[in-house]
This record gives sequence, C-alpha cells and structure tokens, in this order.
Amino acid sequence: MMTLLHNDFVLEMIRLVLYAVGLIAFAAFNAAYLSLLERKIPSWFQLRYGPKEVGWWGLLQPVADGIKLLTKQLLVQRGADVVLFKLAPAMVVIPAIMCLATIPFSETLVPRNINLGLLVIFSFSAIHVIGTMLGGWASYNKYASIAAARVVAQNIAYEIPLLLILVSLVMITHSFNLHTIVDQQAGGFWRWNVLRLSASPLMPVAFIIYFICMLAESNRAPFDMVEAESELIAGAFTEYSGMGFGLFFIAEYANIVVGCALGTILFLGGWHCPFGLLPGLHWFLIKMYFLCFTVIWVRWSFPRTQFYGLLNLSWKVLIPIALANLMITAIMLKLF
Amino acid sequence: MWNYFKLIATGSWSLAVGMWIVLRHAFKRPVTVQYPYESVRLPARYRGHIELKREAAGGQPKCVACLACQRACPSGCIALDGVKPEGAPRKVLTLYTLNFTTCSLCGLCVESCAFDALQFSKDYNLASVRKEDYQMDLLTPGEKHS
Repeated sequence: MMTLLHNDFVLEMIRLVLYAVGLIAFAAFNAAYLSLLERKIPSWFQLRYGPKEVGWWGLLQPVADGIKLLTKQLLVQRGADVVLFKLAPAMVVIPAIMCLATIPFSETLVPRNINLGLLVIFSFSAIHVIGTMLGGWASYNKYASIAAARVVAQNIAYEIPLLLILVSLVMITHSFNLHTIVDQQAGGFWRWNVLRLSASPLMPVAFIIYFICMLAESNRAPFDMVEAESELIAGAFTEYSGMGFGLFFIAEYANIVVGCALGTILFLGGWHCPFGLLPGLHWFLIKMYFLCFTVIWVRWSFPRTQFYGLLNLSWKVLIPIALANLMITAIMLKLF
Repeated sequence: MWNYFKLIATGSWSLAVGMWIVLRHAFKRPVTVQYPYESVRLPARYRGHIELKREAAGGQPKCVACLACQRACPSGCIALDGVKPEGAPRKVLTLYTLNFTTCSLCGLCVESCAFDALQFSKDYNLASVRKEDYQMDLLTPGEKHS
C-alpha cells in the first residue's frame, strides 16, 4: 500500500479524482445555493421574506427543489430530435464545470495550472452556446427555435468585446496563465488590474465591459433573451422537464461562478488581500461571491432589454470602447 | 459624436442610480404580513357582515324586533322575529338570520336601526365551499360559521 502511494502515477490519479469530484460538488453546491440566494436577495430588495418555510431561513429549499425536479417525468415531445434533445443539457453543463478546472482558487489550490488557462476557459465557455442552440433547435418548438437563433446572435455579439478586453489584458500581463496573472497583482488593491492605470487609463471601464459581457455570455438578466419569459415562455428550455431543465440551471449558475471567478482573477487580484494581509482562499471566495451578488443585484434592478438594444449596446458601445482600450494599451506599452 | 458620449454617460449614471435605489431597499423591513399567523388591523369603518349589538349587562341583543332593517334591506336578506313576554318592557328577538349570499353590504339596515342595535362586524375569514355557511344565524353567532 505504501509503495503504491509513492507511485507518482497513482498519486496523480487520486489527485485527479478528488479534484473532479470536488469541482462537480462545488458547481452543484453553488447551483443549489445561488438559486436560493436568487430568491432571497430579490426578496430583500422587494421588502418580502422569500422562501422561509423549508428549513431554517429556507436553507433546505434547494433540496426540496431538487427532489421535485428528480421526481418529474422526462418528456420528449413528438417531432423532437431525441438524441440532440437529450444531449443538449449535458453539452451545456459539462463545459461549464470543465472551465473550473483551470481556475486557481488559492496559491496552492489549483486543479490544473495550464499555461494557456485563460484560452482553455474561453474555448470551453464557447461550447455552451452550441448546447443551448441545439437544445432549442431539437425541441421542435417555435419559441425554442427563436431562442436558439437569439442565443447565437447574442453570444457572438458579446464574445467580441470580451475577447478584445482580454487581448488588452494579456498584452499587459504577458501571460495566459491564470496563476501568473494573479501573482502579478500581489500587494494591495492599487496593484490589481482593475486599477492598473499606468498600463491603460481605461482599465476600470474594461472591468465593467468584462462584467457586462459576462452577464450576456451567461444569459443573465437584463440580457436573458434565451429564456425571455414574457415573449418566449421559457425560450430554449420550453420543452424540457424535470432534471433536463434542472441541468440548464446548474449550467447557468456554473457559468456565473466561472465568470465571477475569472473576473476576480483577471481584475480583482484573485486570492490576494486588498491590504496585503493574509492572502488565501477566503479572499478569493469573498470577491467571487461579491461579484455573484452583483450579478443577482443587476438582475433584479433592471428590466430585460429589447433584442435591438442588446445588439446595439454591443456593436455600437462596447466594441468601440474595447477597441479604444486595446489601442490605448498598445500605445502605452510602446511608449512607456 | 458629443451626443454619443453624452448618451453613454447619462445612461450609465441612471443605471447606477437604479442599482443604488434597489440596494437601499435591501435594508428595509419586509412589509409582508404572514397571513395565517398574523393579520393586519382592520380600519375602524371596515364593513363586514352585520352583527347584533348586545347590552353591556346581560349580553342580550339590543334589538326590539321593530322590523325596520328587514324593510330597509333592498335584497331582502334579513329575516327576524320577536315575541313580547308578559311584563317585559319590549319585544325580545327569537330569530335573526342573514342570507349573506345576497347581501351587498350596503349598510341600509345599520342606518335604519333606530335602537343602535346593528353594526358591521370585522369578520373577513368567510371562505367556504358550502352555501349553507352563508345562512347566518346572528342570534347565536358561535354557530353561524363552521
């Protein structure tokens, strides 16, 4: 047994399994309890109580919701493409969880420290668009089809400013490695990328653009064109029942977690303390959950935009500013 | 070009103001009334179904069975009867029923009462699936509603 534990391959396998289980549990836990917060936080905003009957402070509500979803029948309606219809929830949820594999939660807690970590996250997070589109298209339902067309237009429109911001960020950090990017921001909050005005005076604006694009990429209100209830019933998820529907929600929250974690890493200094004290996992989680709170806060502050407004915002405002940021960064890098 | 930046600035400002207003509300107390466990205080002039006023001493109805309310009722939903016992100063009620299914809460009966014997109750938990529950016997109010 002891010789087995000294075998590097066996140790690596154990590490792999533990991280895989841990990440899936982390994603599922976040999906469950962010969905509770999604109901609690708006209840504060709207002077209500929110769920409070199931468990203390409604803490068992996600369990009750999960059991309800599991007991529902999985219906596949006539005319649907059965294979794609059943594959789509998995195609949405798996990339979202895989993105977590490259995220450095703290100095030592990194599932996989890949040199191209940032690129890995963005290539995987592009897949969930295809998953949602396939789900909508395979549903054989007009609302779902419209939503499928919308999700593609929306995600293409918002991936461009997002990538432009990241290009200018990578020009500053000279690295795709998330661990290295966080290490460069050690010190106080004035060393975080969001306040790195010497590199580009538009950095705070870049962070806001990143945040807006992250909202749009994870299909959150006010950009939730995919499941615009008032227009499209539940959009691409109209025909899904039971846990098929639940998986889309796990994916939505996993995407939020990935987006907020990435925002923390790229702009807010990852696991570093704002005052240079006690760096560690807790600072990462505080910053990440603050961003998650902001996502929910935004959702319950603003009504859904029109589709034209959504595309106009991206093509006429975000992309020009992101391009300007890119140019300014390039000029600053060349001059200083 | 100037308008473009002005629009972005004013738009961002109004979004920030909106988020600030929403956040401020998070620290206010909930206004929800947890209905089955607690209920709001009804206003003084709330109009429930009518009920009989009773003497402070003895608890007998003040009603003298003059039939003014029965005549005043436009829907004919009040039925009452009384007898004059030997030696009593006035008639005593033997029957007072209200058919609440046709009552429109107009209050003419309360206005017509010259003896201050009728008032609106504050009873609003009146949901029922049986029509008979709305044939209310106001003389024995404990049994009017099961």
